[in-house]
Amino acid sequence: MIGASIVIIGGGISGLSVAYNLAKKGMKDIHVIDKGYFTNGATGRCGAGVRQQWATKLNCILARKSIEFFKEANKTLNYKKDIEFKQRGYLILATTIEEDEQFSKNVSLQNSLGIPSEKLTVEEALKIVPHLNPKSFISATFCPTDGHVNPFLMSEAYYLAAKDLGVNFHFYEEVKSIEIKEDIIQKVITDKDIYKTKRVVNAAGGYAREIGLMANVEIPVYSENHEILVTERTKDLQGPMVMSFSKNIYCQQVPHGSFLMGRSNPQALPSHDISSSWEFLDEMALTVSDILPEVAKLRVIRTWGGSYNNSPDRQPIISDISTLPNYYIACGFSGHGFMFAPITGELLSQIILGEQLDEYAKELHIDRFKDNKTTDYEHSVV
Amino acid sequence: MNKKDIIICRCEDVSLADIHECLEQGYTTFEDLKRILRVGMGPCQGQTCSQLIQAEIAKYLKLNKAEVALSKTRPLITGVVLEDIAKAKKGDL
Repeated sequence: MIGASIVIIGGGISGLSVAYNLAKKGMKDIHVIDKGYFTNGATGRCGAGVRQQWATKLNCILARKSIEFFKEANKTLNYKKDIEFKQRGYLILATTIEEDEQFSKNVSLQNSLGIPSEKLTVEEALKIVPHLNPKSFISATFCPTDGHVNPFLMSEAYYLAAKDLGVNFHFYEEVKSIEIKEDIIQKVITDKDIYKTKRVVNAAGGYAREIGLMANVEIPVYSENHEILVTERTKDLQGPMVMSFSKNIYCQQVPHGSFLMGRSNPQALPSHDISSSWEFLDEMALTVSDILPEVAKLRVIRTWGGSYNNSPDRQPIISDISTLPNYYIACGFSGHGFMFAPITGELLSQIILGEQLDEYAKELHIDRFKDNKTTDYEHSVV
Repeated sequence: MNKKDIIICRCEDVSLADIHECLEQGYTTFEDLKRILRVGMGPCQGQTCSQLIQAEIAKYLKLNKAEVALSKTRPLITGVVLEDIAKAKKGDL
């Protein structure tokens, strides 16, 4: 039996960020448990993009604050390598009149929150990405401070910093149950050990719902397979991430030189499936040939899948639970947990330590979904 | 020969010294090494380095090679031009 002041379930980017923030504020005996290898879940499977161009106020704020962290992350975390933060922007294409109008509203909202995005004509967009097919879109938005971070190395930076602060990590160990007596958490039981603890963080990504049910906490999220591919590396060809919600594509060249691109499957059902399909490869090849014909000349060398953990309004849940004290959740990122990780750790550590929360952060509470209340819905998602 | 001059993963230019350093840091599975060093992520998808890395992990952990799991094999078997996939789908190839 191991005594723990807190057990964090999930060693992906969210769990790492929470662990680091708690340790930095002086908490001892933090244990992070993950059932697989380093970054085995959604973190290591994501598209490596970090953007601030959102359609809801909450997502904009979370993204902006996280970008501020990424800028200084190597230094803040004393990381000897490099997280590969690249700010060459996100170019988001509008392909319909409705999208064009919505994007004008998005840019106004983003600007009002301090995000330097702007609306571009086709000609202006072509100056930034000359190999775009000009017939494939009618206008665009661009934010030069959006960009890329390497998910593996960002995770390692948090991991090493947290380890230095005394956080204990247990990979290849699976949580099997959570013991609760009279609404007080007692133990977390894994396939290898028993942890005596009063506090639990659910940062289980694709399995957040199941880890919730272990404590009789109903979290309204589900997982969905999103496939992605990578090409061989090539010369510096494309600065920004190019993205279209209506054409269903995101595509960026990472500093390493390869291109990452993905799309969602409109027919995907809630499940933990993370397999690759030939249908994805066909559709992805068709879409990229249409929008970025130059990029379509590259060879695809690998495909994989990963879980989006979708919340009802496609905004994260960063929250405590009114019915179970000392149970905390960071989930429902709906495909964007990696880029929101810095602020996730900061906010959840504030909640756990009972610190004063900013007003906006209170809106991330799980109770916003109670009694079918209407919340802001995020449409800017591939 | 200097371990820095012995290239294990030719696609991603990873040396034997890099592998040993990561093993020392506690990354002792193929999946871990892949994510930290990019071994097996290049155009050949580990067809050259997998066996060599497996042997290094086995030596380090004092296991038989057969006891060391390789990383998950993912599609495709070989690199394919995206445009060709699109053309084939449209029936133009």
